[in-house]
Amino acid sequence: MAHGAADPVLDVRGLTVEFSTEGGVLRAVDDVSFEIGRGEIVGLVGESGAGKSLTSEAILRLIRCPPGRVRGEVRFRGQNLLTLGERSLADIRGKDIAMIFQNPGASLNPVFRVGEQMLEAMAVHVPERRAALRRRVLEILGRVGIPSPGTRARDYPHQFSGGMAQRVMIGMGISCMPSLLIADEPTTALDVTIQAQVLALIRRLARELGVAVLLVSHDLGIISQMCHRVLVMYAGRVVEQASVEAIFRAPAHPYTQGLIACLPRLEGTGKLGAIGGAMPGLAALPPGCRFHPRCPVSEPRCRVEAPPLGPLRPEHQVACHVARPS
Amino acid sequence: MTPTTPLLEVRDLVKHFPVRRHPLAALRRAAPARVVHAVDGVTFEVAAGETLGLVGESGCGKTTTGRLVLRAIEPTRGHIVFEGEDITSLPAGRLLPFRRKAQIVFQDPYSSLNPRMTVGAMVAEPIRVHRIAAGAEVEARVRSLLDMVGLSAEYARRYPHELSGGQRQRVGIARALAAGPRLVVADEAVSALDVSVRAQILNLFVELRERLGLAYLFVSHDLGVIRFVSHRVAVMYLGRLAEVAPASALFKQPLHPYTQALLAAIPAVGDGSTSIFDNPARLLEGELPNPIDLPRGCRFASRCPHRMSQCEEVEPALREAAPGHAVACHLYTEGGTP
Amino acid sequence: MARPLGADGRPFDPDGLTLPAAAPEPAALGSRAALHRWWRRFARNRGAVFGLAVFLTMVAMAIFAPLISPYDPLAQGVGIPMASPSTAHWAGTDSFGRDILSRIIFGSRVALIVGIASVLLAMVVGVTLGLVSGYYGGLVDVVIMRIMDGLFAFPIIILAIAMMAVMGFGVRNVIIAVAVGFIAPFARVTRGDVLAVKEEPYIEAARLAGVSSLAIIFRHVLPNVLAPIIVQGALRVSGAIITESGLSFLGLGPPPPTPAWGRMIAEGQTFIVMAPHIATIPGIALMIAIVALNLLGDGLRDTLDPRMRR
Repeated sequence: MAHGAADPVLDVRGLTVEFSTEGGVLRAVDDVSFEIGRGEIVGLVGESGAGKSLTSEAILRLIRCPPGRVRGEVRFRGQNLLTLGERSLADIRGKDIAMIFQNPGASLNPVFRVGEQMLEAMAVHVPERRAALRRRVLEILGRVGIPSPGTRARDYPHQFSGGMAQRVMIGMGISCMPSLLIADEPTTALDVTIQAQVLALIRRLARELGVAVLLVSHDLGIISQMCHRVLVMYAGRVVEQASVEAIFRAPAHPYTQGLIACLPRLEGTGKLGAIGGAMPGLAALPPGCRFHPRCPVSEPRCRVEAPPLGPLRPEHQVACHVARPS
Repeated sequence: MTPTTPLLEVRDLVKHFPVRRHPLAALRRAAPARVVHAVDGVTFEVAAGETLGLVGESGCGKTTTGRLVLRAIEPTRGHIVFEGEDITSLPAGRLLPFRRKAQIVFQDPYSSLNPRMTVGAMVAEPIRVHRIAAGAEVEARVRSLLDMVGLSAEYARRYPHELSGGQRQRVGIARALAAGPRLVVADEAVSALDVSVRAQILNLFVELRERLGLAYLFVSHDLGVIRFVSHRVAVMYLGRLAEVAPASALFKQPLHPYTQALLAAIPAVGDGSTSIFDNPARLLEGELPNPIDLPRGCRFASRCPHRMSQCEEVEPALREAAPGHAVACHLYTEGGTP
Repeated sequence: MARPLGADGRPFDPDGLTLPAAAPEPAALGSRAALHRWWRRFARNRGAVFGLAVFLTMVAMAIFAPLISPYDPLAQGVGIPMASPSTAHWAGTDSFGRDILSRIIFGSRVALIVGIASVLLAMVVGVTLGLVSGYYGGLVDVVIMRIMDGLFAFPIIILAIAMMAVMGFGVRNVIIAVAVGFIAPFARVTRGDVLAVKEEPYIEAARLAGVSSLAIIFRHVLPNVLAPIIVQGALRVSGAIITESGLSFLGLGPPPPTPAWGRMIAEGQTFIVMAPHIATIPGIALMIAIVALNLLGDGLRDTLDPRMRR
């Protein structure tokens, strides 16, 4: 699997997102760093409120500032997206970086035919004649697995089922040959069998076209089947970061371990491991390690000092005093 | 009711939703009224203390079935028999005793609790409505119910928005248990919860079932959840039952091609070395047919990898293929012919 | 039931079910912390605070009118007729020599009583109709709503005139006439919210628990539609006062010599050139009251209505 080539497609360093609210400044994403190479699928996993969606939105500068504030560096093919001018950013968004969201219906304009929308999206970035673009639209629709593309291109969004609409979104996303695809819970609203088709398509894109993919999901199963590398987020911080094999065969952080133990297995029915309590809200973060109130192995040190994210083994980082005493 | 009578028996249950026609369509030729075949002839039983998992993808009719069983919506045809009594056409006024014994837990912890009522008031309401207790005893019962679902007595004074999703769901469960039901319909009761909270609530469901001898009709699209909580599982597809079997048998040896496809498509937590998504041959192609204009014959035929000629002509009936294991598929009838 | 202690000395709480340290969102109406918080939000809107101040002043004026009023509002000849504002008569006198300031102070009574009572009456009737119509639907809904549509079609003033012509004058009848004009908006707003609330799972939960329809309507539905209704009510009070003033202007309000701002304006019409203060000053009082009430209503809406909250 040719990925992780010399220059990463996306290089995020120290990404931090803060919001000023009536209660003070809340840090929703705290110092997140990772890289994605060509053809690589990196997963951001965490429960709701962990900050994973905000991370992906911050990368594309989709967060309203103010009241938000984004710091750090997001290097995309050498350029820092966070400091880029609006015009250059608009150029990159949609063409070099594509994003698909959870609800495909929300991103499609209901009063325009689907083929039209795809055409317009491409016309902005690709300087070709409309006839040529039309051919491309049909070709892409076929490639994402939409039957009878010629007819379906003339349909309106409401005539597409959820799975088909999501494929259209992927089609629109790849129409301009992006280097990076950001998929934020792309299949949460879809049925299992349709989800499988959509995810298989994304896998193929990475494998055959070399598209780098950032996959955001709360579903550990999807993450384990889709990603090459995984970042586990909790309350805005990355708590563990490693290859998919390392994370699932030998998870180091108690939260990751707990999360994996929570999942009902298809083989047996022993009592489910459960993590007591709930993720703290941003306004009520505990001191020290953010996970310590729910941690089965927390030590007195955890209550005072936040553990830094550091290497446990090569290519396996964890933020935990117990797993990685320093 | 004898010990062998099932607690709940559903026979040929049907629910059709009328499709609103364009007003001008009536001017054209008199076409027959079109309906959505949400539930199209479903028969099953739930024994006392048993958990029947009802699983399927969206549009299969599982949620509607759960609602029908409780008479939250009225069936188009068919029979619902609870504790030996046919309650299908009981007038609303006479349903009160039934309502006490059959309850529901909803999917969304955020909208299933009245935002203007305290937790205590909500849990107490069924107790008062069914006159199970009065005065100070109501409060005592509320406290014991809250304790049973793992909430301390102080929660009684709180309002829903002060609670987390998991805590709200516990309140919903306490409310469902307040009147002392024998059957609880769990309608995607854990689907809206975070993974770690989901596990807590599932453990709670199991614990309560042991303690109170409850029967569950557990509706979910999540096979992992269904596997964990069910004794028997019924798989639905487009309004009909495809397969019904004990949980372990269904997962170890699924007979219906749809069940097999469903299981193959689940991204289970692997060790990351291989991906099911790299092997699209095993994944299902195509989309669900229109639930309004159903195809003739087996509803799954259009997507079935084992499709035979008769599958497109005759709809297979749900028949026992192994002890306790029923399938609706021509592959399993005598010599492959009905 | 005491919980065992964990290794760190705190109660062992594996499921983390002890109460959160601070309520994550503003608490429900009715608890003290909620009121505090609500007040802070409200106070940030200066227009609304102004409106509240004026409203409270009006109420105080109305209640303590006999005490604070410099003269008897009905007494004629306490000053030179049509005298401009002076130190003796801050608002001047009218054509009968009555002190205008005193009449304005007493006039606030009529305005407030009619304004508030008619809105309350309209609220009770309109909300009940809206609840029934929205919850039961069907024929009941259609009939009630068509009647409401009919009411809507009438300009309130015309309706009020017609009713007064039939019922006769007097404050009570003014209240009823004005109230009738406002029933329809309350019914509409209520019905709309009821339709939405009706579909919420907690309503279905109540039904499935065996709660009677009536209990559901008043215990579950009503509290959840109340907030927008209260806001509507506050906003309508100004409209009610204008309607009452309009009626008084036309001579249909409380009969003379009871001071009413509208009639004061009408009486001052004839002398608008010679002694403009007779009409203008009550006009200004009316204007301030209306503006203040509108600001107050807007402020209430911004703080109470959850849909308007960010």
